Amino acid sequence: MDIKTEHTEGITVLFIREDRLDANNSEELKTELHRLFDTGTKDLILDLKEVLFIDSSGLGVLVSGYKNASTVHGSLKLSNLQSQVRSMFELTRLHRVFDIFTTVDDALQSYN
Amino acid sequence: MKNDIDIDITIPSHTRYLRMIGTIGEKVAQEIDCPEAIRKALPSQLAVVLTEGLVNAIKHAKSAAPDEEIHVRINVSNKNLVVRIYDNGIGFDLDAVPPPCFTSSGLEEKGRGIFILRSLMDTVKYTRANGGNVLVMEKKLA
Repeated sequence: MDIKTEHTEGITVLFIREDRLDANNSEELKTELHRLFDTGTKDLILDLKEVLFIDSSGLGVLVSGYKNASTVHGSLKLSNLQSQVRSMFELTRLHRVFDIFTTVDDALQSYN
Repeated sequence: MKNDIDIDITIPSHTRYLRMIGTIGEKVAQEIDCPEAIRKALPSQLAVVLTEGLVNAIKHAKSAAPDEEIHVRINVSNKNLVVRIYDNGIGFDLDAVPPPCFTSSGLEEKGRGIFILRSLMDTVKYTRANGGNVLVMEKKLA
């Protein structure tokens, strides 16, 4: 999976550079999120600007990351949800669970 | 309005084909003549339905052997869209699958696939067929 990682004032930002997050590739993201929260990351933003399609497996991996974050008393926030991805969040009510922001900057500012 | 599409696809039982089946679903949906309210969302909905259905079949196939195949049939008439996905696994009881928990405290990683299928289609059934199982999903178009 193509992921770009940046660190800004203690916040880790992962840019998912894939057009799909599905049962074929989401395990890789799950492993990476688990590794990050297991090695000291507390607050993380996942930018989904390039993700045009998500299925239940992709949603499940985001839930897994959300739970990893809660376990370490950290946070996992999302930014840049595209139309199909937003629809899937609304369908499964996950938009009520996650903090979702229009841009990465908005998500970063929420930590101030 | 005139719809008469019947597509049969046989693909290996592997998640690497999810993108292909999703793209086929989008293209088929774009050719369907139906009321605007349904037509607009149909391409992405059919892509999701085929993806979730295929993942379900892969999970329930007997093995992950590369020669294992899954048969997908898409039929579109003026009245409805029917997707049938055949697997040769041991099957499961669709009615025993609970809806996902929607609160933060009870969040589970898995268990949204069948809920999504039931939300996007009008009927979803999973029955024994030809020594295996078939997931039949129907959406009314008129």
